[in-house]
Amino acid sequence: MARITASVYTSHVPAIGAAIDMKKTGEDYWKPVFKGYEFSKEWLKAEKPDVIFLVFNDHATAFSLDLIPTFAIGTAAEYTPADEGWGPRPVPKVIGHPRLAGHIAQSVIQDDFDLTIVNKMDVDHGLTVPLSLMCGEPQAWPCPVIPFAVNVVQYPVPSGRRCYMLGQAIGKAIRSYDEDLTVQIWGTGGMSHQLQGPRAGLINREWDNAFLDQLIADPDALSKKPHIDYVREAGSEGIELVMWLIARGAMSDVAGGAKPKVAHRFYHVPASNTAVGHLILENA
Amino acid sequence: MPLDKPYKDVPGTTIFDADMSRQGYHLNQFCMSLMKAENRARFKADERAYLDEWPMSEEQKQAVLDRDLNRCISLGGNIYFLAKIGATDGKSFQQMAGSMTGMTEEEYRNMMINGGRSAEGNRYIGEKK
Ligand SMILES: [Fe+2]
Repeated sequence: MARITASVYTSHVPAIGAAIDMKKTGEDYWKPVFKGYEFSKEWLKAEKPDVIFLVFNDHATAFSLDLIPTFAIGTAAEYTPADEGWGPRPVPKVIGHPRLAGHIAQSVIQDDFDLTIVNKMDVDHGLTVPLSLMCGEPQAWPCPVIPFAVNVVQYPVPSGRRCYMLGQAIGKAIRSYDEDLTVQIWGTGGMSHQLQGPRAGLINREWDNAFLDQLIADPDALSKKPHIDYVREAGSEGIELVMWLIARGAMSDVAGGAKPKVAHRFYHVPASNTAVGHLILENA
Repeated sequence: MPLDKPYKDVPGTTIFDADMSRQGYHLNQFCMSLMKAENRARFKADERAYLDEWPMSEEQKQAVLDRDLNRCISLGGNIYFLAKIGATDGKSFQQMAGSMTGMTEEEYRNMMINGGRSAEGNRYIGEKK
């Protein structure tokens, strides 16, 4: 049977992708950001999964206002990095895992989560920047990826609670897959940031670190945090953090297993407008 | 019954909800069109003529021509869509975000390097700093 070996959490700031693509990672401004991922790149090489289930959000790239799915699972064979207006990032195309994705979709929908199924989607920085941070600049990504897109653009976005419960359903779906695969689930976006209006530039270091603490120790309580707390404390775009609860909900302890081990934790301000947070949790 | 909007008392912040999305539909879809290189070229060649192809309000068109992002947002624009205008102009996300704060580019960049805008005094409209 398939099993979830670990979850990875990371911000997906577009400027980080630009810094990599424009060879600026050695600049003083960017050095501390990439230093925080040195461990992670080695870790991923050692712990390479068969599949990554990657939770992210589309930033008005694949989904315009014509269609706004709350939860969309990618069941395609491959996905092309999108042109977000600056030209596509020079990164490998993303290879999917249609069979596992289809299995998860069937299981999760039967568990009452009404997913949208996507067979054609260009993927933006929300998906490619985490891959770059964790894998560097390979010719091909190390394994297939199942993209899972969450609406965090048009309010109301799904609640933290809903995301956490969905993560549990995804975990159950993966664990019931009949092939011996190792799967990692990644939650991306955040941490505190606000990109709009006179309050743009908001960062809340204390709140972010309390979020990380609680995500590790008591995700059930964290999942009850209302939207308005995210907006008020972590900025209007800080609401992306609900996506981390999907990954957390899929971990073994939530289904009655042992507590995960914290393999790595990192926090840095700023990357462009945003606080960078990163966590790796390993299932026992 | 009106929509429940517990976020109306957050200062300097517009939440892109169903009401804003409805007002901003054509503005945001115009922005979306700038993801194609040929549309970016046509827009740059004659901004007014390109905007006139869209059923946007005159106010929305003027806000785009003025690159007044706060005004665009008050008229239903969403930052992820508006970012396509910035990309067309060769501006970074930081330059765009900073342009809405009344700070210079350098002031905004320095604020971010120094840890960003504090939440203290910025949680509620009218709150004492
Ligand atoms: Fe994002």
